[in-house]
Amino acid sequence: MKHYDVVCPFCGCLCDDLEITVENNRIIGVDNGCTLGNAKFMGKERLSSPIRRNGDGWETISYEEAVGYTVDMLLEADRPLLYGWSGTHGEAQCTGVHMCELVGGIIDSTTSVCHGPSILAIQEVGHPGCTLGRVKNRADVVIYWGCNPLEAHPRHMSRYTTYADGYFLDNAFRERKVIVVDVRKTETARVADEFVRIKPGGDYAVLSALRAIVRGKGDMVPASVAGVSRSQLERMVAMCKDAKFGAVFFGLGLTMTKGKYKNIRNAIELVDELSRHTKFTITPMRGHWNVYGSNEVFTWMTGYPYAIDFCRGIAFYNPGETSAIDILARKECDACLIVGSDPGAHFPRGCAEHLADIPVVVIDPVPTMTTAFANVQIPVAVSGIDAEGTAYRMDGVPIRVKKVIEPTLPSDSEVLGDIFARMKEATGYD
Amino acid sequence: MTELLIRNACVIDPINDICGEIMDIAVRDGKIVESVGSGAEVIDANGNLTMPGGVESHTHICGTKVNFGRYMSPEDMRAGRTARRGHMHATSGYSVPTTYGTSYRYSAMGYTTALEGAMAPLEARHTHEEFAYTPLQDMMANTLFDGNWPVMQAIHEGDHKRVAAIVGWTLAAVKGFAIKLTNPGGTEAWGWGKDVSSIRDPVPHFEVTPAEIISAMIEANEMLNLPHSVHLHCNCLGKPGNYETTLETFDLVPNAHDKRQSLYATHVQFHAYGGSSWRDICSRSEEICRSINSKPQIVMDMGQVMFGKTTTMTADGPMEFNLYRLYHNKWSNHDVELETGSGIIPVHYSRKNLVNSIMWAIGLELALLTDNPWQCILATDNPNGAPFVKYPEIIALLMSKRYRNEVFATVHPGTEHNVPLAALDRELTWNDIAIMTRAAPAKALGLVDVGKGHLGEGADADIAIYPIDITTTDPANAPQDVIRAFAQTDYTIKRGRVVCCRGTCTVDGENTTIWVKPQISENHSMEDDPEFNLNFDRYYTVRKRNYPVQEEYLHRNLCIETEAKL
Ligand code: SF4
Repeated sequence: MKHYDVVCPFCGCLCDDLEITVENNRIIGVDNGCTLGNAKFMGKERLSSPIRRNGDGWETISYEEAVGYTVDMLLEADRPLLYGWSGTHGEAQCTGVHMCELVGGIIDSTTSVCHGPSILAIQEVGHPGCTLGRVKNRADVVIYWGCNPLEAHPRHMSRYTTYADGYFLDNAFRERKVIVVDVRKTETARVADEFVRIKPGGDYAVLSALRAIVRGKGDMVPASVAGVSRSQLERMVAMCKDAKFGAVFFGLGLTMTKGKYKNIRNAIELVDELSRHTKFTITPMRGHWNVYGSNEVFTWMTGYPYAIDFCRGIAFYNPGETSAIDILARKECDACLIVGSDPGAHFPRGCAEHLADIPVVVIDPVPTMTTAFANVQIPVAVSGIDAEGTAYRMDGVPIRVKKVIEPTLPSDSEVLGDIFARMKEATGYD
Repeated sequence: MTELLIRNACVIDPINDICGEIMDIAVRDGKIVESVGSGAEVIDANGNLTMPGGVESHTHICGTKVNFGRYMSPEDMRAGRTARRGHMHATSGYSVPTTYGTSYRYSAMGYTTALEGAMAPLEARHTHEEFAYTPLQDMMANTLFDGNWPVMQAIHEGDHKRVAAIVGWTLAAVKGFAIKLTNPGGTEAWGWGKDVSSIRDPVPHFEVTPAEIISAMIEANEMLNLPHSVHLHCNCLGKPGNYETTLETFDLVPNAHDKRQSLYATHVQFHAYGGSSWRDICSRSEEICRSINSKPQIVMDMGQVMFGKTTTMTADGPMEFNLYRLYHNKWSNHDVELETGSGIIPVHYSRKNLVNSIMWAIGLELALLTDNPWQCILATDNPNGAPFVKYPEIIALLMSKRYRNEVFATVHPGTEHNVPLAALDRELTWNDIAIMTRAAPAKALGLVDVGKGHLGEGADADIAIYPIDITTTDPANAPQDVIRAFAQTDYTIKRGRVVCCRGTCTVDGENTTIWVKPQISENHSMEDDPEFNLNFDRYYTVRKRNYPVQEEYLHRNLCIETEAKL
């Protein structure tokens, strides 16, 4: 049986045109996806039942026991952290917020270790953006800054920019100019019309130089800025000003390098400056398929996109203090529920060490690096494969991920719903 | 079966011509009935003012742009926060509260139904998700068509049936309620950083004018038999001299419906400016109201501005950018492919600022100069003119000349040379206020027949009891009592149960989403239209199959099926 227009639950592109062939409730073929997406659909290595650490090994336990363990852990904790959320659907994220509010805990998503700085910049200066279709149909200049879509978002260029059909472009591929700004010559840089190679840590200076040139103050710019010649910067500005529609995409090469949120602020202000000459937009390349959904859900429910602390009853937000890695680094956190992410693979060592010292429950379909720190892991159906729910694409477009095979395990929202129901019962909250 | 009896209520129910009668109201299973048994729960209204639940016909509280307003503004979130308590979740936000915050505050003010003013069809799922977390109001969504490509193409081809067919398909697909046009044509031009400058200025590449879009959509609206009329945010919002565009637009409107208006013009305050620049801007409320008074086919809402901090957010992307260039605070923009745009900036309306003072005056003038209160609804375009929590102050300003004078004395001294407000002596009555806050919006939205905006038998038992005795209160001389009363009900009753008692919400609540589904004959259906489908999958970045909002997002809902003349 073939399922058409299936949504890929892997990266922030949320491609929704995949074709999945299913036989006997097993996926046997994936068409239209990239290698990353295909691998996710074809992935086999799933846990089949909850497990609990037992000395050096693991024992299999029932869902009932696993849920009970989680309820007790969260209710007994003084400073519980509910972390992850970018690998699950919105309905589960909503339950997570309610749980966190009930126990006065901290809820944070992987945002705090990826595009957190972008959000801080947006909170200072705003965000001139658009949906990806606006870019696809109109953009004649596309800038990729500090990101490498060909490897991290493999279909971004074919669906939304360079290789995509555009309503207002006769020959989109020829008419669109691609500028890549990076510290090394990536795969994406190789296909660019203009590659701007910056010395590491030089983004802020280059952005400032570009802004000066846009403002007609190019004579203030030195002959070379962070390894980029003034003439190249002038050429880049000319391309931007001549564009009918320009679109900037940026990644962790800009948010997580020297300057962090100041880089993003500068990039947004460059777009703002260019908007006085022509149409320009900017979009962060969000990584996990539903990390933006976690920001959306947390925002409408608590007022803030990530790093929310309910310990005083109100929602309190102060990234750097209330973000997951800070809570862990200060060893404040005394229990952790991890849903749909793998902090074991990307958190700093000190944080991981603290996770090993406290009770941790992981809700995830597959064993991950984080499993090594878990006391209990509860496997679930994979959202977008055997569970459905809402996801938000990197540009904010909400898409419902589908179910192509019948689940044999409960979904994230079912497991979290059970945990929450038991927590409410135990605390007398009706 | 659950029964409730409200005793000793001083009822104003304009749709049923009840004005200040002391009576009992009987409720069974969420509806108003003739009488109930002796076992019914009893609420004593103590002779206080009792009205149908408030109906908000234009507010921005759920969806992509609203949420972005929260996301980019932690300073606004910090400005209003409450902890979890009883049935109430924690809330944040002042001008753009979280969904729970919005729902609780509206409920405390007696509002039980609200129309989200602008939903981009592509992002409808988001709006519906937030509806589910706005538990104490029945919700519906204006659906944006101002820059819709297939619609503009059909208008260009002169095929108005096709226009209606596209609109009908889209509304049903995204579970929308009504047609919204925000700066028609302008949001598409903004895709190139441009705008349209009048209703005769063609949209780049599409060769249709805003006037053609407006006329065709009014026609389509009636072909589809929709409960509400076209809901229009006129072109040229916020520009000095824009009243001419507004008047020209009003002149386009036929009298196409016998039970309600043919055009709902929203936040008209922002469209009633004379002058040619910020230096000589002045009020043209008199011209606007003269037009409204002679055109029963138009209903407007005030778009009142109140002093203080707020956030502006609209689908009108180019307008927000212009505003940003004045304020230099921070600016977000979010254009939506093939459909519309949007922009957000925080603002501070200051009484020391001449332009802001003129804006404040114009909103009030519109309400005072409109002869028939059914044609002028009380609203701030929340949060654009002011957060909705300012409604009680607006009510007091409209009911008391003395209070208006007191506030007028504090605004920019140049204001009086530019506005007629000081010369207006009219003081609105309790009945006028009841019309402008529930009866008229329910009628304008076409919701009277489904039981909104009145307390007749069979109506939804959505009721607000305000702690004020109108037989002993003179609103002209007691503005603070009026403000206090409208800020917080004694009881807000929704679907027959008390949902809010003196500011404390007492249930988790579950709202109803109201949406429309026009029945369109097969030969006009967009379901299998080859051209529509081909262009859809070629130019949208979401497949047509994945575009409709699935049933899962509706929860409790009321689908109004209409017979389309197609
Ligand atoms: S680009 Fe991303 S969403 Fe698209 S198929 Fe590849 S991994 Fe999946």
